[in-house]
Amino acid sequence: MSLPLATEGPPAGEYAAATGTLDLLWLLIALPLLGAAILMLGGKRTNSWGPYLAIGACAGSFLYAVVALFALIGLEDRTADLFLYSWVPVAELQVDFGLLFDPLSATFTLLITGVGLLIHVYSLGYMSHDPRRRLFFAYLNLFVAAMLILVLSDSFLGLFLGWEGVGLASYLLISFWFYKPDAATAAKKAFIANRVGDVGLLIAIFVMFAALGTTSFAGVFSQAELLTAGTATALGLLLLLGACGKSGQFPLHTWLPDAMEGPTPVSALIHAATMVTAGVYLIARATPIYDVTDTARLVVGIIGVITILIGAIIGCAYDDIKKVLAYSTVSQIGYMFLAVSIPGAGAIAILHLLTHGFFKACMFLSAGSVMHGMNDQVDMRRYGGLRTVMPVTFGCMLVGYLAIIGAPPFAGFFSKDLVIEAAFDQGGVRGWLMGSAAVLAAGLTAFYMTRLMLMTFFGQKRWTDDVHPHESPAVMTGPMILLGIGSVVSGFVLLHVVDIEAWLEPVTGTHEVEHVLAPIVVSLLTLAVVAVGVFVAYTKYAKQAVPTTAPVAVSPLTVAARRNLYFDALNESVLMRPGQYLTRALVFVDNRGIDGAVNSLAAGVGGGSGRLRRIQTGFVRSYALSMFGGAAVVVAAMLVVRVA
Amino acid sequence: MNESYYLLLAALLFTIGGLGVLVRRNAILVFMSVELMLNSVNLTLVTFSRTIGTLDGQVMAFFVMVVAAAEVVVGLAILMSIFRSRRSASVDDASLLKF
Repeated sequence: MSLPLATEGPPAGEYAAATGTLDLLWLLIALPLLGAAILMLGGKRTNSWGPYLAIGACAGSFLYAVVALFALIGLEDRTADLFLYSWVPVAELQVDFGLLFDPLSATFTLLITGVGLLIHVYSLGYMSHDPRRRLFFAYLNLFVAAMLILVLSDSFLGLFLGWEGVGLASYLLISFWFYKPDAATAAKKAFIANRVGDVGLLIAIFVMFAALGTTSFAGVFSQAELLTAGTATALGLLLLLGACGKSGQFPLHTWLPDAMEGPTPVSALIHAATMVTAGVYLIARATPIYDVTDTARLVVGIIGVITILIGAIIGCAYDDIKKVLAYSTVSQIGYMFLAVSIPGAGAIAILHLLTHGFFKACMFLSAGSVMHGMNDQVDMRRYGGLRTVMPVTFGCMLVGYLAIIGAPPFAGFFSKDLVIEAAFDQGGVRGWLMGSAAVLAAGLTAFYMTRLMLMTFFGQKRWTDDVHPHESPAVMTGPMILLGIGSVVSGFVLLHVVDIEAWLEPVTGTHEVEHVLAPIVVSLLTLAVVAVGVFVAYTKYAKQAVPTTAPVAVSPLTVAARRNLYFDALNESVLMRPGQYLTRALVFVDNRGIDGAVNSLAAGVGGGSGRLRRIQTGFVRSYALSMFGGAAVVVAAMLVVRVA
Repeated sequence: MNESYYLLLAALLFTIGGLGVLVRRNAILVFMSVELMLNSVNLTLVTFSRTIGTLDGQVMAFFVMVVAAAEVVVGLAILMSIFRSRRSASVDDASLLKF
């Protein structure tokens, strides 16, 4: 490699090889992959027992993940690298396919298989009436397998394989009800927005090959400090582009709310708890790269803050329960991006990711339960008073609600507080701006989540005539309750019992800074802002009756928020329309220019031949004349030659 | 003896024959015109043979006659079958083989 992207350095570092129990790491991926294969290839024969097989595969993965976690804790350096096979062995280009089990990937593995298992079970009830249930479970298993490849792979190329795999599974699941035009469009939008991000990730991988000659985590990270500043910043920004696409961050966030057209368990698993957090995983994993480029870190933080505010503002304006939750996901992932942009605060981002995984999945499943009882109605203006009809769903939603607004001692309190604290602790203008924005958004979050709770579960019944709401079956409420318990305890347990900051320290680094504001001040400030948000929502949606149609006379900001702050319009006018015009122009050039040249040449030859053909009249005497003429010409030519 | 008379006669016969081929419609007359052209060439061959003093030209003339006779046999047979099927010996009527 002759490109001057990095100076010569020592050989790549190595992770410790996997032994013993961890030898079977590949089982984690193989089980759900096998489940997906059997369900997809088995056809209708697997209709009856297929879903149970899928749940079994996911449960197997989860159990093995727990065993592997304890095996990992027993290891001294807490990493295990399992070499599987040589993937791309071409001269200087050597890419091995291997699995890396370390604190970060172990944490993700447990989240994916654990929440995945609960949502598999929930789907059994939610999708019980769907004739294509088997395929749904096949896709879910495919997703789990791809997501595990993403987090377990020990190289960026392997990560990219999983990255595309989850993209495919997400596409298939969003468009699961493809006969709805909205779902089909949303799936395409998600796929295309993700491609934009994937280009960034791909180019980042190319740059790694060019600069370092390797894409393995061990190789890249051990040489990260040898990268020139420009290369490191470019790598950081390209990885960020990939992360923005997958995690629904500004400016690629518009696909995520549309993705709610998919079945609700999919929204909970893929578009709230796991896949959309892959971007956070990517940036947390690439911490050594970001350590050498503060510019890229700053951009990550700015993107995070912008997204937090966009998500929170738009979330306040929507009446569709799933879209509100989707924008809240966008906003919460913004918090994770903000945290992961702060040196050493990666563990806090992961903590918020985990607690968010619990409470957002819990809220989505509760929302799904509400929809299940309300004939798939999603308009919150048509809910109201469901508290008494669906007590279990209400309880779960309430727990999730308390967790997301950050009420102590629920999960969100611990994680969000730490994120805001870390934002302030950056110091200077940067710290104050980012911290204030995070606090403001916490207030907005409290407002729109309170609004959601009040409109759905309290107040007058505003149901349409044909709905008869009822509590969901145990197979649905069971997972909800488990996730609800997670939403209550996960924050405290992860932070103070497990001490996740120490657990993730080998991957994300340590976080030791002087506090700009005392933690207690930050907590109280946040809680005060949250209380204001709750109070405003209470005065607007509990004191006053909620109209069944959205009011028209509203502030310009609300109008803008109802239209996604015009981001869809912006994308349409800046990207989509010029693209369409370009395609049309190219089609025109192709039809008229290139095809035109070829066709007119052919037409010219054809027409000329047609006219030339007319000479062959069939009259013997005219042939004879031409023969005479020819002979005369020959004789004349000979005479001329002889004379000359 | 002046061979130029013979050659002039041959040229005259050839021209008459050529014109006959070009202007007559009746296939029989076209044939006769062709024979006229062949025989004018024969006359030229014999004339030059005599002038040069070798027999080559005369032998060639015999060949031409033999070939012409064979050709007439084939040609007249075709002509007969065309006449039988179309009731006409005009070469312009037999103009089906065209564009």
